[in-house]
Amino acid sequence: MNLAIKDIRHGLFRFVLTCLGLGLLMTVVLAMIGIYNGLVADALAVVKAPAADVWVVEAGTQGPFAEASSIPATTRDAVARMPGVAEAGAITYQTIEASHAGGTLRLYVIGFEPGRPGGPQRITEGRGLGRSHFELLADRKTGLVPGETIRLGRDRFTVVGLVEDAMNSGGDPAVYVTLADALTLQTAMDPAAARVQAARGDGGLRSPTVAAVVARLKPGADVALLTATVRQWKHLSALSQSEQEQLLLASVVDRARRQIGLFLGILLSVSAVVIALIIYTMTMEKLKQIATLKLIGAPDRTIVGLIVQQALILGISGLAIGLALILLVKDSFPRRVVLEPFNALVLTGIILMVCLVASGLGVRAALKVDPATALGG
Amino acid sequence: MAPGDILVDVRGVAKHYGEGETRVDALRSVDLRVHVGEVIALLGPSGSGKTTLLNVIGCILAPTAGRVELDGDAVFDGKWLRSDLRRLRLDKIGFIFQAHNLLPFLTAEENVSVVLDLAGWPAERGRERARELLDYLEVGHRAKVKPALLSGGEAQRVAIARALANRPRIILADEPTAALDSGRAQLVMDLLRKLASDQKACIIAVTHDEKIFDRFDRLIHLRDGRLVDS
Repeated sequence: MNLAIKDIRHGLFRFVLTCLGLGLLMTVVLAMIGIYNGLVADALAVVKAPAADVWVVEAGTQGPFAEASSIPATTRDAVARMPGVAEAGAITYQTIEASHAGGTLRLYVIGFEPGRPGGPQRITEGRGLGRSHFELLADRKTGLVPGETIRLGRDRFTVVGLVEDAMNSGGDPAVYVTLADALTLQTAMDPAAARVQAARGDGGLRSPTVAAVVARLKPGADVALLTATVRQWKHLSALSQSEQEQLLLASVVDRARRQIGLFLGILLSVSAVVIALIIYTMTMEKLKQIATLKLIGAPDRTIVGLIVQQALILGISGLAIGLALILLVKDSFPRRVVLEPFNALVLTGIILMVCLVASGLGVRAALKVDPATALGG
Repeated sequence: MAPGDILVDVRGVAKHYGEGETRVDALRSVDLRVHVGEVIALLGPSGSGKTTLLNVIGCILAPTAGRVELDGDAVFDGKWLRSDLRRLRLDKIGFIFQAHNLLPFLTAEENVSVVLDLAGWPAERGRERARELLDYLEVGHRAKVKPALLSGGEAQRVAIARALANRPRIILADEPTAALDSGRAQLVMDLLRKLASDQKACIIAVTHDEKIFDRFDRLIHLRDGRLVDS
């Protein structure tokens, strides 16, 4: 006879309500884990998108994400000719604001050379850039749809395809345009401003610059050798893909990551206290029954089983409700909420541990109950 | 009666709480023998030691001094672990409470069979025994009902069934008729007498209910922790 289940069924409504409350708390915990993961995934998405092996950037900078980087666009040809390089592409990044659907859309514009590294890995809807000007690929979170047009700078672009999970570390969704259009966006001025600059003697004849050149290597090529070779050019620096990812995590998102991590820790501690209180209260309400059970000869393991099983059922039910809720609402969050099966597994382990520790309080109280209290008098 | 007929043998049992000025002597050199089939009442004013004596016989409270023998087993002799005493309670002692103390989340039948479940009986046999006892006590038709929906008399009879489930030889009752009207109280006492006779058990009850005094074989009076007369 399972006393824990019998007791739960006896007060099912109340138990379900308690599980729901705990489930909401678990939803918040899972949301924080998802936001934490999302922050990291968002930050890495833009770095991983070109599927590059090496990033060539301006010397003395940690560009192009941690710091600004500006190198001549012609660097791409030099890098492409280096031994071991399979292909190379120039790339630019900039954030702009555009008007869309009566509001302002903040976009992370990535300029790349179609057919060369730097573009998106996968187009989920529509097609790739077919023309050299005024077409763009947009992340789905921009709200743009294929066929729609949007004004960027002084030109109107047509959305020809959609990509997913492309954004910068700030969560701004990305749009991909050709490098030529991106360079125009970077340098084109408002006519009045251009006139003033021209009057000051600036003819605007600077050679174009890009943020970085990304290179994919031939199979068996040595990344370390290539980066060392590039660094011999005094005006350039090179980072491997893993160095670029580490740099981004360590500098750009580190503080936000730690902030969310700390908040997650506090939230887990609060959850542990709440679970402990619920289980302790549930046990205290049953002390008379526990005394009766002890009096009629129930061994300690029966009493411990009653409390621990209820604690575990409560924890697992709360977690299941939390998981179901977060999976239902995660796409409504303004920023990405990324939950991996591993996260659910780890949280399950933590909650089980918390339930066991929390039930320890109840077990201690229950084992201290004098069976004589059942007799009264 | 033959010595083998003695189910409860209490000799020179004393129990005190605290030391020095705060010392309270709950029991002072109590001697009591209860035989097979006997139904006895412990009487006395509040604080006279009735419940303490019941707790000592029920293996809930260890005496400070003296010897207690239950169905031939000398308990509290230093060799008994807490788990041994628990097992002894499960196998040899049945408890009937003033407020029946049925577990609210179990049905009447489950409240009886839970004792057998704890004693290691197979579930089906436990249920059969529970139904048999409930039928015997004329509450079989309420077997699937939870305690909250039972009347006071029904609940007390279910509690008696629980106390008898594992065929204990010593039944301890704390005010078993306090929650019942006069008629029901007489019926319960008649039932307990019959059970003591049928199961070769003894019954020790703490009571203040004068209406049922005539149903006991002996009335044991306690005052200030001592047996006054019997």
